[in-house]
Amino acid sequence: MCGTCGCGNGENGVSIHNPKDLKTNEHGHHHHDEPAHEHTHDGHTHTHSHDHAHAHEHDHQHAHHQKKVIEVEQDILHHNDVMAARNRGYFEAKNIFALNLVSSPGSGKTSLLERTLKDLKTEIPFFVIEGDQQTMNDANRIAAIDIPVIQINTGKGCHLESDAIFDAVKRLNITDNTVLMIENVGNLVCPSMFDLGESKRVVIISTTEGEDKPIKYPDMFHTSDLCIINKIDLLPYVHIDVEKLKQHALKVNPKLQFIELSATTGEGMNTWYDWLKKQKN
Amino acid sequence: MHELSVALGIVKIAEDETAKAGAEKVELIELEIGTLAGVDFESLEFVWPAAVKDTVLEFALKKISVLKGKAKCVDCDTVFEIQHLYDSCPECGSNFKGIIQGKELRVKALEVV
Repeated sequence: MCGTCGCGNGENGVSIHNPKDLKTNEHGHHHHDEPAHEHTHDGHTHTHSHDHAHAHEHDHQHAHHQKKVIEVEQDILHHNDVMAARNRGYFEAKNIFALNLVSSPGSGKTSLLERTLKDLKTEIPFFVIEGDQQTMNDANRIAAIDIPVIQINTGKGCHLESDAIFDAVKRLNITDNTVLMIENVGNLVCPSMFDLGESKRVVIISTTEGEDKPIKYPDMFHTSDLCIINKIDLLPYVHIDVEKLKQHALKVNPKLQFIELSATTGEGMNTWYDWLKKQKN
Repeated sequence: MHELSVALGIVKIAEDETAKAGAEKVELIELEIGTLAGVDFESLEFVWPAAVKDTVLEFALKKISVLKGKAKCVDCDTVFEIQHLYDSCPECGSNFKGIIQGKELRVKALEVV
């Protein structure tokens, strides 16, 4: 809908792919030459289109031209919330533990996920939904470890919404008593507002990011249940006060739990696995 | 830039309600948005023309009531105004608080013809 603002229209922009259905890494849709989008910033031409020309001669009223006030009182994200509730009910009925993984780009979400799946796949049956604006790259990485995965490409959209999850879940054929990992679009702002129906929300932050991120982007930390601090193997090389980071995050969300780990070296991964297994049961 | 999703959500509600009322278009839309709702007002203004184009809202006047953030301290029950989600209680310094106002994001009323 609007090319310059950084967002797609959420409907035509979203596409859902199974890496097994695609032979190459190329994603299937071609970018049809986008028509220059028409931002009508130049004062919309109000051409008063009252086309009944003062029909004073007949005296019956045109009832449908009367003003009417509708007291709507409806939440704007109502549709997303309803679909999220629908997903949640489905997950609960099938005993699927669903996690929504959120973070800024580059915090190591996919690496963490890859390692987790490799280490636990014999113990826990996993399903994965990958969210990115473009490419099948992440889904291909997951498919390479033999885990059922669906890729949602949001086009210009900056977050996943619950209706796309609903469609992706249908395509995944998830079995009962499993864990569903939803890797959201790398973005620390927008995904916070959109409930996907997840059981828990996990925010990932890496030691290469600033310790004040939780108060710079409070919404995401406010809505998360667990905060994973990744890349602790880099601590000797970066200037970050992890305690301060936690303090900032706790100011925003006093109930937030923390796990420090490195998806590269494996340090701390067991704490995360214990959390996962405990929450699942 | 999730404001476009928000704007499209508003359009959907307006389209549905206008159709239900058998009306043709919206003349006035009243929104209620809290300062803690996660919506950037400037971004919403920016995406608005693109979102409402060719819809019942295209020529509608938009009125936004901004609701200030208010919280109640879990530890000492003080009710206080908050600008940020990380503001702590001015009385006892606790971070445990319930947000009682400021998260609103809703279409309050429509004036249709």
